[in-house]
Amino acid sequence: MNASSDVGHYAQRQARWHYGEAAFWLAVLACGFVFPTRYLIMTDILRLALFAMSLDLILGYAGIVSLGHAAFFGVGAYAAGLLALHGIINEPVLALIAAGLAAMVLGFATSFLVIRGVDLTRLMVTLGIALLLEALAERFSNITGGTDGLQGIEMQPILGEIPFDMFGKAGFFYSLAVLFVLFLLARRIVHSPFGLSLRAIKNNPLRAAAIGIPVNRRLIAIYTLAALYAGIAGALFTQTTAIASLDVFAFDRSADLMLVLVIGGAGYLYGGLIGAVIFRILQEVFSTITPQYWQFWIGLVLVVIVLVGRQRLHRWVLYVPNLVIKQVAGRKAVVAVPESDA
Amino acid sequence: MTSILTNLFDGVAYGMLLFVLACGLAVTLGLMNFVNLAHGAFAMAGGYVCMVLVNRMGWPFFAALPLAFVSAAAIGIVLERTLYRHLYARSHLDQVLFTIGLTFMSVAAVDYIQGSSRVFINLPAALQGQFDVFGVGIGRYRLMIIVICGLLTIGLQMVLARTRFGSRLRAAVDDPRAASGLGINVPQVFAFTFAFGCGLAGLGGALSAEILGLDPYFPLKFMIYFLIVVTVGGSSSITGPFLASLLLGIGDVAGKYYVPKMGPFVIYTMMIVILIWRPNGLFGRTAAR
Repeated sequence: MNASSDVGHYAQRQARWHYGEAAFWLAVLACGFVFPTRYLIMTDILRLALFAMSLDLILGYAGIVSLGHAAFFGVGAYAAGLLALHGIINEPVLALIAAGLAAMVLGFATSFLVIRGVDLTRLMVTLGIALLLEALAERFSNITGGTDGLQGIEMQPILGEIPFDMFGKAGFFYSLAVLFVLFLLARRIVHSPFGLSLRAIKNNPLRAAAIGIPVNRRLIAIYTLAALYAGIAGALFTQTTAIASLDVFAFDRSADLMLVLVIGGAGYLYGGLIGAVIFRILQEVFSTITPQYWQFWIGLVLVVIVLVGRQRLHRWVLYVPNLVIKQVAGRKAVVAVPESDA
Repeated sequence: MTSILTNLFDGVAYGMLLFVLACGLAVTLGLMNFVNLAHGAFAMAGGYVCMVLVNRMGWPFFAALPLAFVSAAAIGIVLERTLYRHLYARSHLDQVLFTIGLTFMSVAAVDYIQGSSRVFINLPAALQGQFDVFGVGIGRYRLMIIVICGLLTIGLQMVLARTRFGSRLRAAVDDPRAASGLGINVPQVFAFTFAFGCGLAGLGGALSAEILGLDPYFPLKFMIYFLIVVTVGGSSSITGPFLASLLLGIGDVAGKYYVPKMGPFVIYTMMIVILIWRPNGLFGRTAAR
């Protein structure tokens, strides 16, 4: 067996669906039936998970550190809100796609700024773009509603059939369906040769360029795709909560998002989903202990995670599950967090 | 005409203040290549120490200023020795996460201890009001800031260029391995520089309570300003960040005065354009490590 077929074999084995993954999605679906009183917070988690998956695409796979990912979330949120408010596109699914495309256009336009320069410049440029959009949204308050936000958004039934109910049941299953479809797409992409080339770029851009990968074009492509995902997450936010205000662009949102991804682990797609669940639970716990000061504990979690080391932490977390899996399915089936992130 | 000059004067004062606040970051971020988003937290610490000393304990303002410096520097050195130094060799992502965490903690902690509203420092009567020079309104407080910050800048430049410590620092930054081979205690030099930068930020925080406003969200609100100063100014010398601060200060004051509707829009656009045009800053070296 030569080296290239070996790589192909390995990549294919990685891309195959595992029982664990099916179990994970069944568990998520089951949550929708087991906790009928908690739809609102579960919808919130799904949105956050989608948003985190978007950051995972650029951070975990392409190694772009972004401090302003909320920019795309915000554009998606406002686009969906404006479309619904002015009755341009009434059907939520179509509006979702349109809002995602709006964010995607912005992502494509700004990707040229982001691929220039090193980490630090990227941090500044992404942060600057988010702040710029926030300032713009505040400036054009006649369109965006300023600090009050867009008000009086009425959502039409999904596909013209299923209306949004006040308990959030429709919103939950709608969000779940969107998340799952986009997850399938992302999964397909990261396991394709395109996705493998992204990992090569992340590990060593110079070497990737030397073996013939068009580094800049690949980065532009994935950044644009991530913007689409973030835009759809933002549009979901507006559609399920019926509000869009200036804080969709806030720095805290981008920072929290990083924490979500760091908790879950970057670079294997499930990180954002798991991180979103843990983050929300942490947030709930902290805000019941100290309502006003939960941010302190979130900060502490960040500091501790970095000091302990993300790699080591994930090894600890996966220690018990792996022990169980080893007993049941043998040595090969161990869950591992692939590669180091960034 | 006179309003232009008054604005220019205010802009210079604002810029000078930004320089004192951010020049510590110029060293950690520009020279030591450590992304410290928590820099504003040290400034806030200095500001609140000064506020407590002046308002609650009745200290004179000018006696409280050095203490703002000392306390921020002390916090800086403790954190550097216990936490920061483990992260110098880590990835930028780790540094970003860590310092964002610290910032969140500082915001919530100050909110808890002092409340979330904006605080003011009681100024002595001699610093209040303004006087006219040829029809140009000169604020006394702003004049004092220009004097203090100007002296500090000259002092810093002298220390960096003329003293033994300055040359050690420059050597340690240029090539840490060669410097330690020559017997320079690089970690010590970095720790001292870090603490000094934090101290300056603390002093800046105390001075800025009157102009920028001091509340628990200070580190988040002004983070981007500090970063702009450093990234636009580059890191080759102290002059780059100094000029960048002046530019930013004058630009911001003029922008708020002449096109108030555009808000911070002008500055962010300028920053992005400059970063695209010269990724290493306006006055930066070409080769970043």
